[in-house]
Amino acid sequence: MTELITQWLDQHDIFTTTTMLHYWGGLVTTVQLVFLSLVLGLVLALPLAIMRTSRNPLINGPVWLYTYLFRGTPLLIQLYVIYYGIAQVEGIQDTFWWDIFKAPFYPALLAFTLNTAAYTTEIIRGAIIATPQGEIEAAKAYGMSWALRVRRILLPSAARRAVQAYSNEVIFMLHASAIASVVTIVDLTGAARDIYSRFYAPFDAFIAVALIYMALTFSLVYGFKRLEKHLLKHLKPANG
Amino acid sequence: MLDLKGYGPSLLDGAVITIELAFLSLALSLVLGLVGASSKLSNSRFLRITATTYTTLIRGVPDLVMMLLLYYGGQVAVNNISDYLYKVYEVDFFFQFDPFISGVLTIGLIFGAYMTETFRGAFLAVDNGQIEAAKAYGFNRWHTFRRIIIPQMLRHALPGLGNNWQVLLKTTALVSIIGLTDMVRVAEQAAKAERSPFLFFIPVALMYLLVTAGSEILIKWLNKRANVGVIRGD
Repeated sequence: MTELITQWLDQHDIFTTTTMLHYWGGLVTTVQLVFLSLVLGLVLALPLAIMRTSRNPLINGPVWLYTYLFRGTPLLIQLYVIYYGIAQVEGIQDTFWWDIFKAPFYPALLAFTLNTAAYTTEIIRGAIIATPQGEIEAAKAYGMSWALRVRRILLPSAARRAVQAYSNEVIFMLHASAIASVVTIVDLTGAARDIYSRFYAPFDAFIAVALIYMALTFSLVYGFKRLEKHLLKHLKPANG
Repeated sequence: MLDLKGYGPSLLDGAVITIELAFLSLALSLVLGLVGASSKLSNSRFLRITATTYTTLIRGVPDLVMMLLLYYGGQVAVNNISDYLYKVYEVDFFFQFDPFISGVLTIGLIFGAYMTETFRGAFLAVDNGQIEAAKAYGFNRWHTFRRIIIPQMLRHALPGLGNNWQVLLKTTALVSIIGLTDMVRVAEQAAKAERSPFLFFIPVALMYLLVTAGSEILIKWLNKRANVGVIRGD
């Protein structure tokens, strides 16, 4: 079977086995990068969003500044600052951190994580402040502590309201991850650029990768639609 | 004071290019958005399908990939066309696809799709009675569009427009990747040469923040103006 595919592929001029494997490697890198930064970003965003809804300006202010800075500047600049900046940190070359941040993957992961965490924080905050007052009052009337209220009432109900905006953020992150290729990471776009320069065939190289991104995007859109339907089942009209 | 090691003037030149790029792309995207929204709402099946394909395609592909395709592919396509023209009609025609043009085209094309969605929603929000009234007054289609629909839909479109503009502005940074010497590229080259990334990238980031903050104020003011005739509920 494998041999058949290899033989078939090697008849092509551009899309040979080597090229396809290069795209595959790029796909794996893109998925790793996007998935890890989304997970880490979400983990960071949860406490940040709760802090952001605090009435105390000492708690709310710094988080506001962080999200303002990261949402107000291009991701490309954030990536450059972290990628070029880390090597300039005094003495980092002597610590174990250097072993991690030497490879371009980790500075890019850091930049993407901080960026998506900023957007996600604002998404979750928006969902939290839209919680109906009655739900919180009811929880208080049952004698729930603050932590229990957050865990049982606030976050689950906010999550339902946040799914749609968050699905946009996920797609945005997938598309934004294409800039990883400028710091020499061979992600999907990086693979396409390699293949373009090898064969000087811009249409083949970039349209192929555009189709892969489209397949990823629309699978994600479909997945989120299913998830949304599942989470908002109780809001469906009775005979809908 | 801030010592930019002689890169100050080129950073400023870069900032001017960034702003030109942003405004030209915005203009293109507004035109495409109006055309796209009108097509989506038209009675012609062909126009509706074309516009839907356009917005769907744009939503599925990263902006950088689109830009690379247009920049590298555009030149090849233009060369093929000019070869063909020369061979068949002996017309000597050449066109250099530079990063600036590719940037404007790509960003305009991408945000044209987003503007299409924004305008579509805004068009739908205009009360049908208003359009009927215009017809009753004997307005022709163009007059109805210019005098009745546009002023009334603007109020609904402005928040979305403002949002798209903020994202568009940040997207202009990508054009530095295909070689346009905008402020991001100047900063990158300076940072590499002087080995001091923070010195150059932070002022550029602040420039973006400044323009974003300024636009925010302007959009708020425009919003207030557009909503002058609306009575707000409590």
